[in-house]
Amino acid sequence: MLTLIVFIPAFGALLIGAISRERQTLIRGVALAASVAAFALSIWLFTAFDSDQLGMQFTEQRSWIPEIGISYHLGVDGISLLLVLLATFLVPLLLLAPWDAVKERYKIFSIMVLLLETAVIGVFLALDLVLFYVFWETMLIPMYFLIGIWGGERRSYAAIKFFLYTMATSVLMLIAIIVLYFTSGMGTFDWMILQTIGLDRSVEVWLFAAFAAAFAVKIPLWPLHSWLPDAYSEAPTTGTILLSALMSKAGLYGLIRFGLTLFPNGAVELAPYLLTLALIGVIYGALVASAQKDLKRLIAYSSISHLGLVAIGIFAFSALATTGSVLQMVNHGVIIAALFWVVAILTERFGKRGLEDFGGLMRGMPRLTALFLVFLLGAVALPGTSGFVGEFLILLGTFMTKYQVYAIIGASIAILTAVYMLWMAQRVFHGPPVGQAEKSAADLTPREIALLAPIVALILWIGIYPKPLLDRISPSVEALISQAQSRIELMGDLPQRRSPSVDNAPSGLTP
Amino acid sequence: MDLIWLVLALPLLGSLINGLLGRHLPKRLIGWVACGSVGLAFLISLRILFDLLALSPNQRVPPQTLFDWISVSGLSTQISLLVDPLSTLMILVVTGVGFLIHVYSVGYMSHDSDYSRYFSWLNLFTFSMLVLVLADNFLLLFVGWELVGLCSYLLIGFWFTRPSAAAAAKKAFIVNRIGDFGFLIGLFLLFATFGTLDYLKIFEAAAVPHALPELTATVITLLLFAGAVGKSAQIPLYVWLPDAMEGPTPVSALIHAATMVTAGVYMVARSHDLYMLAPFSMNIVAAVGAVTALMAASIALVNNDIKRVLAYSTVSQLGYMFLAAGVGAFSAGMFHLTSHAFMKALLFLAAGSVMHALGGEETDMRKMGGLRKVIPWTWGVFLIGALAMSGIFPLVGFFSKDLILEEAFSNDYVALWLIGLFTALLTAFYMLRAYFLTFHGKPRYDEKAVHPHESPAVMLWPLRGLAALTIIGGILWISWMGFTPLNEFLSPVFAGVAEGGREHTAALSEGALIAISLLVALAGIGIAWLVYIRGFQPGEALRKTFRPFYTLLEGKYYVDELYYSVIVQPGRLLSQFLATVFDLRLLDGLVNGVGALIDRAGGALRRVESGYIRNYAAWVLLGTLGILIYWLMR
Repeated sequence: MLTLIVFIPAFGALLIGAISRERQTLIRGVALAASVAAFALSIWLFTAFDSDQLGMQFTEQRSWIPEIGISYHLGVDGISLLLVLLATFLVPLLLLAPWDAVKERYKIFSIMVLLLETAVIGVFLALDLVLFYVFWETMLIPMYFLIGIWGGERRSYAAIKFFLYTMATSVLMLIAIIVLYFTSGMGTFDWMILQTIGLDRSVEVWLFAAFAAAFAVKIPLWPLHSWLPDAYSEAPTTGTILLSALMSKAGLYGLIRFGLTLFPNGAVELAPYLLTLALIGVIYGALVASAQKDLKRLIAYSSISHLGLVAIGIFAFSALATTGSVLQMVNHGVIIAALFWVVAILTERFGKRGLEDFGGLMRGMPRLTALFLVFLLGAVALPGTSGFVGEFLILLGTFMTKYQVYAIIGASIAILTAVYMLWMAQRVFHGPPVGQAEKSAADLTPREIALLAPIVALILWIGIYPKPLLDRISPSVEALISQAQSRIELMGDLPQRRSPSVDNAPSGLTP
Repeated sequence: MDLIWLVLALPLLGSLINGLLGRHLPKRLIGWVACGSVGLAFLISLRILFDLLALSPNQRVPPQTLFDWISVSGLSTQISLLVDPLSTLMILVVTGVGFLIHVYSVGYMSHDSDYSRYFSWLNLFTFSMLVLVLADNFLLLFVGWELVGLCSYLLIGFWFTRPSAAAAAKKAFIVNRIGDFGFLIGLFLLFATFGTLDYLKIFEAAAVPHALPELTATVITLLLFAGAVGKSAQIPLYVWLPDAMEGPTPVSALIHAATMVTAGVYMVARSHDLYMLAPFSMNIVAAVGAVTALMAASIALVNNDIKRVLAYSTVSQLGYMFLAAGVGAFSAGMFHLTSHAFMKALLFLAAGSVMHALGGEETDMRKMGGLRKVIPWTWGVFLIGALAMSGIFPLVGFFSKDLILEEAFSNDYVALWLIGLFTALLTAFYMLRAYFLTFHGKPRYDEKAVHPHESPAVMLWPLRGLAALTIIGGILWISWMGFTPLNEFLSPVFAGVAEGGREHTAALSEGALIAISLLVALAGIGIAWLVYIRGFQPGEALRKTFRPFYTLLEGKYYVDELYYSVIVQPGRLLSQFLATVFDLRLLDGLVNGVGALIDRAGGALRRVESGYIRNYAAWVLLGTLGILIYWLMR
């Protein structure tokens, strides 16, 4: 079943490859069918998933290169389940989205998007490190072409920068995987086995650092983000959304699935540093976002800020915070996609995307404004929207650990996000109408509303009734964290151990 | 009692109907939906009141859980409603006064093209406030708390094409968020301390002697108070409220009377079990309240904008409520909240009627005058409101304000009592000043262009209703053979407080205190009469002495300017610096520099470095494969 979900998009891409490029409708149909099929299957997976059962479900394992213990091993738990759903939910919408000047080369475009989908789902479901790495690297190739072919003026610069940045750190991860293979002495790349192995503490620290570097670039974590503004703003909107909504989640997911479980002692050791970087990112991203004059760059920097908070929830080593992080990964994916989408609509209508180019759009485009308001509220984490549930759990969970101060400073994200998001609303939608903004003809078409409506529904639904999601995420996260903690306690007798307080016990002000 | 969910559902439904379908509905229907939903909610609230009165005073109604909200890893929060005297009083005020404001809006907004959007948001505002007061846990309270912030943002910026309205809306939201930041941390600390966010569990646990260290209680309550300071516009976060005048006038009435700003007072009253454990916090609450009351009243003395005078008056009166809460007189605070809701809704709507009479958006009192004869109904109700606000017997304001001053005095807060008393003098002066400038003297508006007319009945009836409430509201606190209706009603909620520190010091008797505050109010009115009717001009020497003070008041103590230069401007510069210098030049430059370095070092390998990414990719892939094959063969 999981194999089907992973490879249906790739199969669609293969089919499209065989179709002559003149037959646009057929290509669209096949692309849509493949992505919708993947979505339907993951909905089925969501309902069939048994949240009471701990551990991986729907596992599939076949030996691949048995000589060195590489196997084709897939499995899903509450964490990956939600992310697979996020990916399969967004891709059909992106394929249907009317923007992007991709009409002539739609064939290769749809192939790239579908291949990327397969790679991303593969990353979320792979339980073998080599398999994971293969999917991980595969993500790069379609994205490189998406930026390089359909990007803006500085597309080749952005594409190369993105490619080299991620490649350099991926190699570190590859080396770490190989080192892990040999030091563990188990002759396997299987995550299920490797996560139970105790390693030398210093080895763990180094390996975790290597993994974290690869993941941090993808998220991106401050200060490894300098590829992001270029890539995000040069990529075509589809690419930007895939990067920000899905590929950044691959980095965060990697931290949870592999970083925390394979090297818990390394993670605990380095957590203060990574937390600090993430926290700097939260504030830095917000400050820089509020100084942007380009809508796409503004949202790009806001992503650094919000994903920094998700990273805090991961490094805090608390089930509550990490549950929040997983949920917030989904929320951020949906909300950031919607925000970039709105920018794309504006760019398409008016040919501009500078903050100063707009004003008073609410007059002529009340529908777009209404939808934007929901996305904005999700971004500023207003209670009742999905963003609140995620960020609240992250901050509350982090507050309950010894990293209280990170939660306190991190909570300022509520103020900072409001500053730049409302500034954007004030500039673009409020104020006296500028130029064509008076024309109501520019407002959303029913088709656009139909495409954005599921996103609105999701933001409100998760905000009001997150139970179905939390019920699936939480047991998996608890299991994962307690597995990692048991490893930390095993190492407890070592003299150099610092005492990490990773328990969930209320601490309060009094000791 | 089981109908309580309808109190929430009706306004929400009204908001959805008008928000989603309003463009296709006739105006009449929109008005009916909006007013009807709140009116019905009020009737249900009345029903709940009677149900509650039928119970014996100490009988508690268990919270009604609607559904499970966020429950994960030790955190368990429900969407659950608590009906008790305190929340019942609040829903009565919110739906009752809110209903009158809705009806008034039907007339006031009748010419606006965004009629349905207005009523949809007005209903949403009511809904949000009801969530806030009906919540049975701090997290759901916070939901309503943030939602009223959102609604104020939407409605202050209702006329969004005006740059000033858009800016004021943003300011309101962000300033509120600054307070909410503290509130949120307070929630975290509450959860860390008690392991739950439910009121009843927390208050029960806190009631156990020595269970909660005083330091923890102090920190929690101060953090929660930070949120109240933002929402209820106290020093130092009051700056958003005067700017909020950019919204339509009935919205101001709603914000100031029924929804939004009373939330902070309600929250403190609701958490009185925690505040009572933290004497330091109580003192802070009382002091902030008293100082805010004085400062805002002094600004109102010299302002010429009728809505802004009322806005500063609200800030000041909220200060009284916090003063009451801070000295432990929570029921008195809640009484003043109720009484203020009547008075301020009346005054704002009357001010709106004045503006309506002058044909639109004129708020400058220097361009009014002599309206007494032209719009007699508006004149009458405004006078009632102004006198009530000044604390004249037997209007409701007399009872509630006097009660607070009495409580402050008898609880040994003599300094705060004096501040409150002096503020009462200022209040009487600025209220009557506004009244005289608007309704007396010679007309100063352009008599050729403007022909003032009385408002339509749909606006006058709510005014009459509020005026009636203002006149008879005092009966809520008239002792009747030792039985004070509102106090008795609320006493089960504040049971732990009532018997605390209420021993009269008897330095001054109750009668003397009442006489003093009445005299002070009359003095304020007298001075206003002297200056604005008799045309008394102060001497040159006096003027010179007061000149700098006057400038300071006119500049509103330059707090906005201070915040701008200390917070806004440096913040802007910092983000400019980070965005242009640090991020682009330094970080990105560093990365590109590394790239360039490799480029130069690789001069010998020029042929390899073709510049095509596919070649690079191939090399990386080859290298990786090489390593893999090496390990394989080994």
